[in-house]
Amino acid sequence: MNRSIVLISGILFGIGLVLSGMTQPSKVIGFLDFFGNWDPSLAFVMGGAVLVNLVLFRFIFKRQRPLFAEKFHLPTSKDIDWRLVTGGALFGIGWGIAGFCPGPGITSLVSLQAPAFIFVIAMAAGMFLFTAFDKQLKKS
Amino acid sequence: MENFTPFASTIGGILIGLSAAIMLGANGRIAGISGIFNGVIQPQKGEFGWRALFIGGLLVGGAFMMLFTPESFAITVERAPWMVALAGLLVGFGTRLGSGCTSGHGVCGLPRFSARSLVATVSFMATGAITVFVMNLLLGGA
Repeated sequence: MNRSIVLISGILFGIGLVLSGMTQPSKVIGFLDFFGNWDPSLAFVMGGAVLVNLVLFRFIFKRQRPLFAEKFHLPTSKDIDWRLVTGGALFGIGWGIAGFCPGPGITSLVSLQAPAFIFVIAMAAGMFLFTAFDKQLKKS
Repeated sequence: MENFTPFASTIGGILIGLSAAIMLGANGRIAGISGIFNGVIQPQKGEFGWRALFIGGLLVGGAFMMLFTPESFAITVERAPWMVALAGLLVGFGTRLGSGCTSGHGVCGLPRFSARSLVATVSFMATGAITVFVMNLLLGGA
């Protein structure tokens, strides 16, 4: 693991989120407003990111291993189960209510606005809640 | 559509994609923010440092942009604080249950042709759109 590259990658990601408009909940909600006054801008964010990676990931996966690590850490599960679908759906509902997903929520903390803090703290609480829920589920 | 910004959004998307490719190519890690953030607040041995550094990078990138375009952080959609809190809870719980968010499933999963990521992305896009539709009805087009 190369630490300076992690930092650079995080900074680039943060700049990308701001430039793209993802840190403006009104834009996110405008994008999700398919049935109303739709603003397609954010399709260009996902489109741009996915297109870049369609090309770059091909070159990356031609290598046996990453430049600074032993191996690639990729998700191994292939299951399309209730967890995946329900989890995605709950996330989508939250995303639609406030217009924040995790990255833009965290990046928006620098604006020192209350909604960003409320969102990120509640998101952390939701993650702790999930850990407790998951433990219970595995016990039963 | 007064706010249509295809150019800025594409450039932002390309940077996000580059960032994810750099993480994967250099360090072999998926730049999935919900997973990385979860690893900061509920750390596992040896997995904390790089995650904290990445989240720190998001903040540095944000602070850098704050210097030039503070209006990029304008929260013009007024939601009651309890609604923002509920949204955060749902996002935190949902991204863990579904193993990822817009970055992990969308930006990193789709280009790997992951069927799981495609299903998750369709799921959160669809419920996001339905939620906005319902919210607009309830709030009279906020």
